Amino acid sequence: MKKKNYAIALVCILFFLSPLVFNAYWVDVLNNIGIYAILALSLNFILGDTGLFHMGHAAFYAVGAYTTAILNTMYHIPVIWLIPFSGLTAAIFGYLVARPIIHLRGDYLLIVTIGIVEIVRIALVNNIFGITGGSNGIFGISRPHIFGLVIRRPEQFFYYIWIFVAVSVYLFHRLRNSRFGRALNYIKEDEVAAEGTGVNISRYKLIAFVLGAFWAGMVGNIYASKMTIISPESFTFWESVVLFCIVILGGSGSINGVILGSFLLIGLPEIFREFAQARMLIFGLAMIVMMIFRPQGILPPPPRKYRIPSIN
Amino acid sequence: MALLHLKGLTKYFGGLAAVNDVSFDVEEGSIVGLIGPNGAGKTTVFNLITGHYVPDKGEIVFNGENLVKKPTHKIVSLGIARTFQTIRLFKDMSVLENAMSGYHCRMKSGIFAGMFKPRWQRREEERAIEIALKELKFVGLSVELSQKAKNLSYGNQRLLEIARALATSPKLIILDEPAGGMNDQETRELVELIRAIRDRGITVLLIEHDMSLVMDVCEYIVVLDNGCKISEGTPEEVREDPRVIEAYLGLDEDG
Repeated sequence: MKKKNYAIALVCILFFLSPLVFNAYWVDVLNNIGIYAILALSLNFILGDTGLFHMGHAAFYAVGAYTTAILNTMYHIPVIWLIPFSGLTAAIFGYLVARPIIHLRGDYLLIVTIGIVEIVRIALVNNIFGITGGSNGIFGISRPHIFGLVIRRPEQFFYYIWIFVAVSVYLFHRLRNSRFGRALNYIKEDEVAAEGTGVNISRYKLIAFVLGAFWAGMVGNIYASKMTIISPESFTFWESVVLFCIVILGGSGSINGVILGSFLLIGLPEIFREFAQARMLIFGLAMIVMMIFRPQGILPPPPRKYRIPSIN
Repeated sequence: MALLHLKGLTKYFGGLAAVNDVSFDVEEGSIVGLIGPNGAGKTTVFNLITGHYVPDKGEIVFNGENLVKKPTHKIVSLGIARTFQTIRLFKDMSVLENAMSGYHCRMKSGIFAGMFKPRWQRREEERAIEIALKELKFVGLSVELSQKAKNLSYGNQRLLEIARALATSPKLIILDEPAGGMNDQETRELVELIRAIRDRGITVLLIEHDMSLVMDVCEYIVVLDNGCKISEGTPEEVREDPRVIEAYLGLDEDG
């Protein structure tokens, strides 16, 4: 056990030194992996832990990113300050859209969430309220400033993003080992039994959505300040599908699995870039093989550990 | 005032009255049986009490509170726990987590407490584990706590369901065919367990097909047939009621 902890710590330290070895291009790939990792972890609450088929997560991500872009370019509010605010608007949006559909099951919910992400994209393209900039999007978003330091270069963003990943993982790990985390799993296992043992299932489903949306909104902020330009094409249905696949392939409900899934789905296509067209074929094939032979994902969630008091 | 009071309870499924004008009382501290031939509406009555269905007519009063239109989880926190006719455990979760789920409705911590784990949250978690262990011991389930619920034997799964229900600290426990799939030895132990539950001050309401078990353990019996109540009374009274004999005519004792 101790040995395993040391090994994990060593891997983390080596990983945090990686910008010293890799060139800017590969550091940027790692940054994208980090962004997708947090997004997928936030989707994991809804899809992995609670078992709700939600394929519209890019909608919450978009709301966060556009909140940051609009408030930063129009009112010049520093992007760092907008992190919690972007999360909040995404969470409110998440609450409003999830509230009427929370009782839907499986495939029905899936279709509605696909509808939501498309509505958001089309609303953005059509320059809704005249503030989203239409299909050109919004440009000129400022960089994050921390204690006078401007985060601009890929290796600076590497630490900015991956520290955010680390904090999220730490909090999500604790949350998984709590009453809330268990309640989501009870719902996933058997809704009727969960309600019958006193779990308010519609409330918990809604909280899962709101929490997932909050985190996705914060990632939207990071993305907006990293790119400095955002447009509707960054938030398509395809993004939602990729996130969905990361969670299912990595291991529903498993934090380690979702992070591994982000490396595989975002990192591998970069490594196999020269195969261009063929990589999508391989990707599709890999998904099929996985779902047949390992439907629980590559790293399914480990059982929770409890401290059992000695019998007295 | 009885602990549970049903009056004129009626539920239609597409024009068919699954439960028709059923009234009975469950006195605090008693063991009450609800019996009747297949399709008599017993489980529907249970589902009405626990809020899975909303009655078309009638009232359900528990401990002075009206239960009609209250959501199930609310009814559980008011003090009615249940087990299911077909076992419904959280199959891929551990025995301990299944038992702990009952205590969920007595806990307070939400996402912030879960993330930041203040002292009271950790104490609450410890308390949940204690309660779960206590109830597992009470029902006599001594198995590996980290084992998945689906790996337990059928009889043990039934016991785990009862432990989970007891962990909600109920005033009334509703058992839906608890002896289903149990062998004679397990059924005998179940009778003892039901009495032990009552001796803790928890009222028991049970549906059961095993007539010998019902006659043995119940102090009061309500008989349903075709959605209507046809008789009620002590086991002796019910056994001699001609309407009950008629309803069961052609059925074996254990059929």
